[in-house]
Amino acid sequence: MAFQLTQKHHDYWTKNLRVTAILLSIWFVATFVVGWYARELNEITIIGPLGFYMGAQGSLIIYVAIIWYYARYMNNLDQEYGVHEGEDE
Amino acid sequence: MAGQVSQKQFFQNLKKYYTFYTGGFIAFVILVGILEQMGVPNKMLGYMFLFATILLYAGIGFMAKTADVSEYYVAGRRVPALFNGMATGADWMSAASFIGMAGTLYLSGYDGLAFVMGWTGGYCLVALFLAPYLRKFGQFTIPDFLGARFGGNIPRSIGVFAAVLCSFTYVIAQIYGVGIITSRFTGLEFGIGVFVGLAGILVCSFLGGMKAVTWTQVAQYIILIVAYMIPVVWLSVKHTGNPIPQISAYVSALPKVTELEKQFNDKTTPKGAAEESVRAIFRERAAAADAKLKGLEAGGASFLAEEKKKLEDKVAELKATSADAKKTDVAEKAVKEFPADAAAAKAKWAADKSGNTAKAAPVAAHAEPFAAKDEAARNIKKKNFLALILCLMVGTAALPHILMRYYTTPSVKEARQSVFWSLFFIFLLYFTAPALAILVKFEIYNNLVGSSFAQLPAWVSNWQAVDKTLLFLQDVNMDGIVQRAEIAIGGDIVVLATPEIAGLPYVITGLVAAGGLAAALSTADGLLLTIAHALSHDVYYKMIDPNAPTTRRLVVSKVLLLIVALIAAYVTSLKPGNILFLVGAAFSLAAAAFFPSLVLGIFWRRANKLGAILGMTSGLGVTMYYMYMTYPFFGVNAPLWWDIAPISSGIFGIPVGILGVIIGSLISPAPSKEVQELVDHVRYPNLEGDISTVGT
Repeated sequence: MAFQLTQKHHDYWTKNLRVTAILLSIWFVATFVVGWYARELNEITIIGPLGFYMGAQGSLIIYVAIIWYYARYMNNLDQEYGVHEGEDE
Repeated sequence: MAGQVSQKQFFQNLKKYYTFYTGGFIAFVILVGILEQMGVPNKMLGYMFLFATILLYAGIGFMAKTADVSEYYVAGRRVPALFNGMATGADWMSAASFIGMAGTLYLSGYDGLAFVMGWTGGYCLVALFLAPYLRKFGQFTIPDFLGARFGGNIPRSIGVFAAVLCSFTYVIAQIYGVGIITSRFTGLEFGIGVFVGLAGILVCSFLGGMKAVTWTQVAQYIILIVAYMIPVVWLSVKHTGNPIPQISAYVSALPKVTELEKQFNDKTTPKGAAEESVRAIFRERAAAADAKLKGLEAGGASFLAEEKKKLEDKVAELKATSADAKKTDVAEKAVKEFPADAAAAKAKWAADKSGNTAKAAPVAAHAEPFAAKDEAARNIKKKNFLALILCLMVGTAALPHILMRYYTTPSVKEARQSVFWSLFFIFLLYFTAPALAILVKFEIYNNLVGSSFAQLPAWVSNWQAVDKTLLFLQDVNMDGIVQRAEIAIGGDIVVLATPEIAGLPYVITGLVAAGGLAAALSTADGLLLTIAHALSHDVYYKMIDPNAPTTRRLVVSKVLLLIVALIAAYVTSLKPGNILFLVGAAFSLAAAAFFPSLVLGIFWRRANKLGAILGMTSGLGVTMYYMYMTYPFFGVNAPLWWDIAPISSGIFGIPVGILGVIIGSLISPAPSKEVQELVDHVRYPNLEGDISTVGT
């Protein structure tokens, strides 16, 4: 059986795309911008030279946070827009 | 694992089982520790760890045996997010991560962090672009998705080819790791070690497929993380008094390492002067090799004969004067090893020259990114660093054995949470590895350098005896004291020797070996299963005999698993290529082949069959072409494009693949209404009147 997408569904998808884009930009900065300016960042010292610290730990923590936030945000969005799955299926 | 209990109850039971299991494993380690104190020899302890853990995995594999298709292919789709995270962690972290990573970081400092960042950041792409959508799609393999989304057997077949290609390349690196670990810790021969390891892999997956592999991977994760953490924490306490290595390494050890590096490079300090005397000798040796190369170029065969004559005269002279016998032996050996022809001589002397030049170079600063002689060289390093990160990340989000794991969760919601747990469990090891590298470097720079050759620490002599490529010290300037430039080190030693450096008993070394074995076995399991599934499900069931009964599908899958495993073990026993390159190649291939089609298939409604075919073949084609042309193993050695190393060849394949999908889709008609409905179907976790794509 076919299904009809309502305006609400489109809004849900737009919101999904928006959060995906935002988190992807954070990912990009944490990876490529930080990597590109690693030598410059090393001039600053926070728990060791910052450029090195970011590559070894800082960016990794950001990655974990990105995924944690995405899972939480989307699981709430599912509820809000009524596209969540039944419990314990 | 009964079929009727609720998901909540199931989760509680799992927690109970694995807590009990972890306690049992720790008790086992303590027991072995007591046996060691009672005087049981180390080799016996090594065997105990090897066989006890393989037996354990076999037990789990046997308990999880199944004849149900959904359980065999996707563990019945009821693996809770937390446990799927652990299983993915073990599936993901290979021998290269467990044993090689800290060593790579030790040797290449900042530049090695490309692996740390690449292999974690890729999970952001998995979470944002793939995992939830693939879970909603909910079939068995990655080619399944390509087949359903793009229609027809061609996209599916290309998917099967790419899945087998990258998984096979990767699995060889894993079985190689298994062979090395078993041979090093039990004294078995490499070839036998490979087949013992293979038995370990097969007992996990043969009877229970994905279900058995999932539950053994959880068990393997627990062993590998315990094995990795104990020695590092101990080392951190010993050196800095701080039990958190991830802090102490940066706060206490790194500044001291940097200070020592400066001293080593400064000729006016006593340490720097001693280093300089060693470097001068290496420079002389490099210059001598260079002179010989030039002589060979000018004189050809006659120069070669002259050089040999000189060595022979020296032997004759030494014999005549009957100086000490040792010197005569050395001279005779030089004659015996003298290259037979001009080509061999050129290769040998060129290697001498570059090897000695490298040894004569100053110490590279550990924390300095892209260290090089000038701006241009630094930029090349930076470019390659970023390109490698991109390939590893996109490859992470494209390797079928990882993506497959997200088919096994009960819901889209849990698939999203499961990516978080996956990265969290991977992160625990990956943010420890750079700290370990620094702590070991501190130990070597601070304690080993400056000690006397007459009284080397026990771990140094032990590992030197095991394998000279791992650790080799030679008193080059004959002052009886160890200088930094006199230590030749192989990366793997960093993890392998940490327990002994930290002064822990041998039982912990055995534990580390068991951890390395768990890492290699779990990854190999996931990969072999991916290959067998692609061949049995996608080729046999979907393309050859769609009416095959369940029992026959499972028999075919198991037979293929066995055949693939044997071929992989055979290829491994031939010892092909360099492990790190094999791993890198697998990532580049997967990235270029799968990522564009999978992601555009979900996010771009207009993507169609021709686009997928064009995208996958062109992406894969460009990547393979560049690898073939530039990787020395293939012997072509064409010039590099924009100085990008062959390991990152995906950097060309990925954009070409994306362009291929776009162009191919736009020059052919939009996909049918059914396909567009499929796209909507995967985008929303739940829809009224939704279609169903769940595989049976």
